[in-house]
Amino acid sequence: MGRYVVRRLLQMIPVFLGTTLLIFLMVHSLPGDPVLAMFGDKGADPATLAAKRHELGLDKPLWQQYFFYMRDMLLHLDFGTQIRNGLPVTDVLGDAFPITLQLATLAFAIELVFGITLGVIGGLRAGRLADNAILIFTLLIISIPVFVLGFIIKMVFAFNLGWIQPNVSTEPQWGELLAPAIVLGCLSLAYVARLTRTSMAENLRADYMRTAVAKGLPRRRVIGVHLMRNSMIPVITFLGTDIGALMGGAIVTESIFNIKGVGGVIAESISRREGSTLVGLVTILVIVYLVTSLLIDLLYAVLDPRIRYA
Amino acid sequence: MSTIDKTATVPAPRENSDHNGPLLEVKDLHVEFHTRDGVAKAVNGVNYSVDAGETLAVLGESGSGKSVTAQAIMGILDMPPGKIPQGEILFRGEDMLKMSDEERRKIRGRKIAMIFQDALSSLNPVLSVGYQLGEMFRVHHGMSKKDAKVKAIELMDKVKIPAAKARVSDYPHQFSGGMRQRIMIAMALALEPDLIIADEPTTALDVTVQAQVMDLLAELQREYNMGLILITHDLGVVADVADKIAVMYAGRIVEQAPVHELYARPAHPYTRGLLDSIPRLDQKGQELYAIKGLPPNLLKVPSGCAFNPRCPKATDLCRTEIPALVPVTEQDGADLPGRKSACHFWKETIHG
Repeated sequence: MGRYVVRRLLQMIPVFLGTTLLIFLMVHSLPGDPVLAMFGDKGADPATLAAKRHELGLDKPLWQQYFFYMRDMLLHLDFGTQIRNGLPVTDVLGDAFPITLQLATLAFAIELVFGITLGVIGGLRAGRLADNAILIFTLLIISIPVFVLGFIIKMVFAFNLGWIQPNVSTEPQWGELLAPAIVLGCLSLAYVARLTRTSMAENLRADYMRTAVAKGLPRRRVIGVHLMRNSMIPVITFLGTDIGALMGGAIVTESIFNIKGVGGVIAESISRREGSTLVGLVTILVIVYLVTSLLIDLLYAVLDPRIRYA
Repeated sequence: MSTIDKTATVPAPRENSDHNGPLLEVKDLHVEFHTRDGVAKAVNGVNYSVDAGETLAVLGESGSGKSVTAQAIMGILDMPPGKIPQGEILFRGEDMLKMSDEERRKIRGRKIAMIFQDALSSLNPVLSVGYQLGEMFRVHHGMSKKDAKVKAIELMDKVKIPAAKARVSDYPHQFSGGMRQRIMIAMALALEPDLIIADEPTTALDVTVQAQVMDLLAELQREYNMGLILITHDLGVVADVADKIAVMYAGRIVEQAPVHELYARPAHPYTRGLLDSIPRLDQKGQELYAIKGLPPNLLKVPSGCAFNPRCPKATDLCRTEIPALVPVTEQDGADLPGRKSACHFWKETIHG
């Protein structure tokens, strides 16, 4: 187990270097100029632009820029500064991350509770009315793109019914985030429901379920202990990767509801060609993603004793 | 064939019960499965009984309805598609088919327990064996987790699993096949039930382990004076442990007899065919007999005697009339207790 964790942590190094390099190259191959963008439509004289570029180190060759960036990051934990307002990227992320975390928690709770509930109902009544109704519902959700669903919910509940504010405030309350969290969690909710349903329906026919009934266990225990422990294993995998994805922020949902989360900052940085901000953000998100997936893999061994780490 | 101890001679009734009669009696049991292709009649009027301390072997090829009968007794048939249109299953004189689900649940595991064929898939892969064994005590006797674990270790000792204390927290996949089957047996035995149904308990095991497991089962049965229904298609296993045999074919019992009499003088052509197809040392080098044809399709059981298309002695009578299960007698008409045959020509078969 310990050796496995060490090996996984070591494996993170090439992944980390690869993703940062890739992001760095991709951002720099985008058309547009962050320094030019600073001055807006008015523009500035070439000397000022050149001086600014030199100050930010943007006149150096690309490999040097990458090297200095990585050196600062690794040695001084300096993830760079935003070009536009000179704020350190860590501060920008520090402002945005709690909001994303709040939104992600809420969305995750929704997909966990409702997804598994629907899946259990469908799985136990496989082939009957409830199962078919859930199948249609989940297929509908899977087939609607997030931006369509987001706009529909915003239109109906904010503009027509007036139940919610169309935009979320900068210091959002939990209640405000409910509608965006539903939009964000819906797709995964549908996947969780389908996955749980299939897994339950399959395990329901397993030999050990027959044994559990033959032991004279009450139905609640047969389902709750014997069936659920086995059926949740694939669902946990999916939920684990989903945590990582949710932490990365939701670009579409956040922009529909005007939430200042990680997704919003990423979208903003792309449109302003803020290379260093983008690389800094993505680097931190990659670390978050790698750590969560490691934790999920370790949780796996707890759930399924047949899995051995060596 | 070795002689066996008649387990029925062991005295001591285990529980004070007003009921005198067989422990379990199956009367005219029918089971059918409603499938898309039609109604499959898996069991068509089975009658048998088991006393305390007695071993009944139910013999038959795949699809003969032996397992389905056992599942109907346990109440673990999938219903639907399964259905029990008629019949009675009397346990200590009470019809279990008329009981509520909760009453039946309390009998399962506590009074009647079952041992399944493939112990690896029949044990829950993600729960430790100690947990699965202890569950019996926790659910039926309301024991604490700690006490149940102590009991689980005792049980594992009882079925001779070495280093029980160290292995109680292990998972099913960490045990060998024989050890797993011992755990299955321990689980069935946990609450000292009155009756154990063993559904091909040794099929998945190699021959030496088979013998060990059967010996263990017979020993524990004697110790607790339990009734045992042994479902198998292995005639060798049956000879050593059973007191009486019921041979099933296409959902019916075609012959019933005390174990050694059946081997000595079968009264049904199907039983004779089964016995002739056992490889024997004294017939080394000769071609082995096999019953021709295939087991009948349960959606379309042949008219008359279900065995008639494969029977070497079939006549027109066999194709039109279903033979009843009738008592078999000696040539001079003397009783042969416990012997019955469902063949129009049992006389020719047994005496001829």
